[in-house]
Amino acid sequence: MSDHQPMITLDGVEKRYSEDAPPAVERLSLDVHRGEILVLVGPSGCGKSTTLRLINRMIEPTSGRIVFDGEDVTHIDANDLRRRIGYVIQRIGLFPHQTIAENVGTVPRLLGWDRGRISERTDELLDLVGLDPSLYRDRYPKELSGGQAQRVGVARALAADPPVMLMDEPFGAVDPITRDRLQNEFLRLQEEVRKTIVFVTHDIDEAIKMGDRIAILRERSVVAQLDTPSRILAYPVDDFVDDFIGSGSTLKGLHFERVRDLELSNDYPFVRSSESRGDTRRLLADSDARFALVLDERGRPERWVDDEDLSRGDPSETVAGLGPKVIAMVEGNATLHDALEAMITSSAGQAVVVGRDGAYTGVVQIEQLTEVIRRMRAEAKAHYDRLRGRA
Amino acid sequence: MDGVRSWAGFVADNVDGVLERSLEHLTLVAGVMVAATLFSVVLGIVLMDRPVARQAALGAAGVLLTIPSLALFAVFIPLVGIGNRPAQIALFLYAILPILRNTVTGLGSVDEAVVESARGMGMGPLQQLLRVRVPLAWPVVMAGVRVSTQLVTGIAAIAVLVGGGGLGAYIQRGLTSLGNPFSIERVWTGTVFIILLALVLDLVLGLIGRRTTSPGIR
Repeated sequence: MSDHQPMITLDGVEKRYSEDAPPAVERLSLDVHRGEILVLVGPSGCGKSTTLRLINRMIEPTSGRIVFDGEDVTHIDANDLRRRIGYVIQRIGLFPHQTIAENVGTVPRLLGWDRGRISERTDELLDLVGLDPSLYRDRYPKELSGGQAQRVGVARALAADPPVMLMDEPFGAVDPITRDRLQNEFLRLQEEVRKTIVFVTHDIDEAIKMGDRIAILRERSVVAQLDTPSRILAYPVDDFVDDFIGSGSTLKGLHFERVRDLELSNDYPFVRSSESRGDTRRLLADSDARFALVLDERGRPERWVDDEDLSRGDPSETVAGLGPKVIAMVEGNATLHDALEAMITSSAGQAVVVGRDGAYTGVVQIEQLTEVIRRMRAEAKAHYDRLRGRA
Repeated sequence: MDGVRSWAGFVADNVDGVLERSLEHLTLVAGVMVAATLFSVVLGIVLMDRPVARQAALGAAGVLLTIPSLALFAVFIPLVGIGNRPAQIALFLYAILPILRNTVTGLGSVDEAVVESARGMGMGPLQQLLRVRVPLAWPVVMAGVRVSTQLVTGIAAIAVLVGGGGLGAYIQRGLTSLGNPFSIERVWTGTVFIILLALVLDLVLGLIGRRTTSPGIR
């Protein structure tokens, strides 16, 4: 089992409910790579849920092959297959008559694990999803909030440590704040468990946030575009994709670039707070900038000063205490979206970048962002041109 | 008050007989209920995924309930003779509808998401039924069993008319000897102890239902 072999392959999979009607899923071929989150996203009725349910054969394909970890599973016992695949649905479907521990232990019990191993595993999983086992083990689903129930649903799907998880709008039924938290928790969890995940949503923002790759589907589950979120945002292949990702795709794209990958302009004028007003004024006049940045004695950004501030008082006085404070700062691991926000908030129109110790390392300017956007688009376009050239 | 006192005296003088008749009554009802519960639950499960047959079965069970009890009792006399047998068969038929209807309703009202997740985790149809559907439908089934038991306990009073035993014997003897000493007391004895028996059975079934229902769905 090589790392390059896809974890799941759909090979010309088709689902027809009747001979005459158009298929619900039309000859779909798709690879899901090991350890990735592949998001299937598309308008309602495009067949994305059907496609997901074809993978664990909750719906039997009419034709085509499903290959799971190199093994053709199109005709094996469906229950055996499902026990090897974690499954999370929007309405969770916890068993109300069973305790949380019994719920989580469902698949291990089906697989015939002994009691000790099941209870150990259950506690481990509850810990993993952030529910204290000693508190929640013996509770019943009716005693849980929506968010807690969803965590238990995820723990239950992970119980027998399946290599693959299928998630059908798993965070669709909770309020936006809880959803955001669950998404973040899940991404952190995924860092740890590195499962191969197929994730269905109708929400493009969720797809962009959760997906390593996104498949945008149109009717009959036809793939309109399959790529990384940043490339889809930078280069939607057609009007359907463009419409679907909606406005603001450029802004969304900035989420995928990090400040540390930029070449920071270090010719921006800055002075220590012990510098004199006259010298600072001359420095500012020699640059194109409207503001100079004042650093404290430890090199941390403190205030912005402009010519007007500096013209007050005696030129030999220090610049300490002049001008508005620097509020918005970003670190290297911040995204360009964060940087843009800092830029807009900042009185000087710059995003100040600091190191982990808080010391000034440079500024990000709006021109750099437009440059990055231009580059992302050009790269994505070149990528697709290459693909077309090969085709 | 005199009436009550003379009734209490009658019961006190006939404790052994009253207990014996009560036990007969209880045995009749219990036997019928065990059989009817097993039959109706299994039938309900079989009919779960068969809407047409389900409607037919519920309709038939409903029609049975509308047949006057004495008539239904009498129907079986030519077939099985007199005694407890025709009574058991008739009571069994009466007991079916409430249990069957509740079984069908209970199994049908199990949240589809729960069944979907059971299936998605690799439970086969039998596992889905025994581990998920039946435990979740159980409180509703038990409610049907309680209704049926009340019904059967009452109707069983007529068993005596087809040669069966039970507390109905007091009512029958009392009514056929009206005007004679203790006739009213006999009627009251039969009535009161049938009511008491019904209450006790309901209490016991309530407890059993509680003990056999998961705290998660109580």
